[in-house]
Amino acid sequence: MSQPIMDLAKIARDYTAAAEKTARRVIVCAGTGCVANGALKVVDAFVREIAAKGLPVTIELSKDEELVHGDAVLVSKSGCQGFCQMGPLVRIAPDGFLYTRVTADDVPEIIAETLVGNRAVERLLYHDPLTGETCRGTEDITFYKRQERTVLKDCGNIDPEDIREYISLGGYRAAERTWRELSPKAVCEEITLSGLRGRGGGGFPAGKKWEFARVQPGLKKYIICNGDEGDPGAFMDRSVMEGNPHSVIEGMMIAARGIGANEGYIYVRAEYPLAVKRVRKAVEEAAAMGILGDNIFGSGLSLHLHVMEGAGAFVCGEETALIASIEGKRGMPTPKPPFPAVSGLWGKPTIINNVETLACVPIVMNMGAAEFRRVGTQGSPGTKTFALTGHVVNTGLIEVPFGSTLREIVYNIGGGVTDDAGNITGEGFKSVQIGGPSGGCLTEEYLDLPLDFDSLKDAGAMVGSGGLVVMNQRTCMVSMARFFMQFIQNESCGKCVLCREGTKQMLSLLDDIIEGRADAGTLDLLEQLAGAVGKGSLCNLGKTAPNPVLSTLKSFRAEYEAHVFQKRCPAGRCKALLSPEILADKCKGCGLCLKVCPVGAITGERRQPHVINAEVCIKCGACAQACKFNAIVGM
Amino acid sequence: MQQATQPTSAMVRKFEKVCMILDAYKRDASKLIPILQAIQEEYRYLPEEVLTFVATSLKLSPARVYGVATFYAHFALEPKGKYIIRLCDGTACHVKQSIPILEAIRKRLGLADGKNTTPDMLFTVETVSCLGACGLAPVVVVNDDVHGQMTPEKAVALVEEILKSEGAE
Repeated sequence: MSQPIMDLAKIARDYTAAAEKTARRVIVCAGTGCVANGALKVVDAFVREIAAKGLPVTIELSKDEELVHGDAVLVSKSGCQGFCQMGPLVRIAPDGFLYTRVTADDVPEIIAETLVGNRAVERLLYHDPLTGETCRGTEDITFYKRQERTVLKDCGNIDPEDIREYISLGGYRAAERTWRELSPKAVCEEITLSGLRGRGGGGFPAGKKWEFARVQPGLKKYIICNGDEGDPGAFMDRSVMEGNPHSVIEGMMIAARGIGANEGYIYVRAEYPLAVKRVRKAVEEAAAMGILGDNIFGSGLSLHLHVMEGAGAFVCGEETALIASIEGKRGMPTPKPPFPAVSGLWGKPTIINNVETLACVPIVMNMGAAEFRRVGTQGSPGTKTFALTGHVVNTGLIEVPFGSTLREIVYNIGGGVTDDAGNITGEGFKSVQIGGPSGGCLTEEYLDLPLDFDSLKDAGAMVGSGGLVVMNQRTCMVSMARFFMQFIQNESCGKCVLCREGTKQMLSLLDDIIEGRADAGTLDLLEQLAGAVGKGSLCNLGKTAPNPVLSTLKSFRAEYEAHVFQKRCPAGRCKALLSPEILADKCKGCGLCLKVCPVGAITGERRQPHVINAEVCIKCGACAQACKFNAIVGM
Repeated sequence: MQQATQPTSAMVRKFEKVCMILDAYKRDASKLIPILQAIQEEYRYLPEEVLTFVATSLKLSPARVYGVATFYAHFALEPKGKYIIRLCDGTACHVKQSIPILEAIRKRLGLADGKNTTPDMLFTVETVSCLGACGLAPVVVVNDDVHGQMTPEKAVALVEEILKSEGAE
């Protein structure tokens, strides 16, 4: 009761004062991508080598500011800086240099040149592959320049494992104001006015959802953060949880105030061990500081948060299934209504919001609804993060305003379409898969469509959680549809017959097409079944399961028909349909193909056209790759 | 018969650890998933007799516990190899040709169709739907170490390296 009311401003002042004393800051990206490429070794090398040079170095700003050695170099780890492909990334502040693909071996040179000599290490800077220009820092790199980073602003800058840095940048002020000064009704109204829509896929207005829970009677309500980001090809939520976990916690605090919840869960996907660790640490730090717990900001009210690690079930991203999972059951969805806002966890009113939605909430409260609406489109205000992957030059985590076009994302931010090896070739753009297994494939004609929740729905796709997978001309769209169908088939919880059995039948129809057994009836049957699965399933996993098939059938029907009627895969990916052949007029008889063939299927005299024995050939494609005269076709 | 009902000392130790985990979660049935996670962390899989023991302790039916254990992909009901090689087959990895990598690894380890673990219990090979490291596609994870931008050749080299360190072959 007599707990002193926390002074966020003082914490911020102390931290800033300590930070200003340091001479420089070396920020090493420690997101999952960069860690995989050895970022932690780079951190260790910096600490070791700086100390070896006799320079003062620290890895944490001491709580006691006097203890910070003046002129010390602070080596800190950040969350994902976004440019995963060029990792490990190292940024030097205040100089602003961004070094790419840094290894531990580069560290002594960075120390000598930059930390001591105040010069850039040219070879580690990013060189634009198109213009050849050397880029000093993020402000010069097209990948960053074209983005508008709001949710990700501090992600990749701050140390996610130090709550004081988040506070020093204005963190938890919105939560403080909400709990001290605003009524729950006012909170819900502000969010409704901002037009913030759920970033987890559905795009439901967040304020409206909260209002449903707010008006429910009863003292016990729950707030849940859905961090079960299961869409293959999406990692936005992981990056936010790893890079700025406190923004998510602050968003949950504001939501809890809005609906009147005093307990909450953060449900994190088990495949994200680093996110689990950082979110756990953030909750502990916030609780230790008294930001979470009892008598929050002197309001007399409490909020306790728990972190739960998922156990590997895609369907748990569905809110009723997620609730079942927290309750210790099989994660199977239940019919709605009742909606969780009325009867959710343990039968109490419950609000489930996605990670990115919650991270937007403090931003909305800080800038105000009207300001938030200035960016984005009328129906979808704000920005959206996307995981840009697949056949593009620059893969990574991006954030753009709603209303941006795919052309901007693929060609300007992404830098253009590549082949499998990552080189820009003439292979060209074929399609973008958006929205994961519930989404669809968009073709070239949609490149200039302004992306938002509504425009994408009209185009037969959806924002989903925000995975954008770019595909080049060498991608077989039937195989792509089969890939998603296999995924859904694996992840179907089995409750609804049409989802469980229907997806299985759809999968085997797709196999028939890919393996050359399909006939004229196959496509009709596939379409019929798709309609039935969509109609006969309870939750969105089943309802949207046919989308990848339907959208590819719509945009790439000719490709399906080539598989069915001509037994040919135009992209040359479906092995069963390949019939490699050597063009006699192009073959010079050099014998290269004969040498590389692993099964000895190629025969021929030197300087005479060679032939492939179809009976022996395993269609591995080695010969076509080896041939210098493009004489081998049908691969 | 006599031997089957007499718990071996290894079994007693096994349940001792399980009891500690159960107590840490106050034998709360709603904590079944974290309990099973903790047990799997300890034993690397969920032995059948442990599942029955957990069910009795939490006053749940064995079917309920077994149902949860089989529902979630992370629970293994069979022991896994010392090195768990997980190949990401998320969309980004898939379009960047993850399957030939899987085929190359399985071929190198001589895994027959339907088998995921080598007979010497050294390797288990699995696919996962997405590890969220799509920027580095295609990705292979060996135990907790992530290896990005893989090719079939690099993956086989990884396997060779482990085999060498284990002194096998």
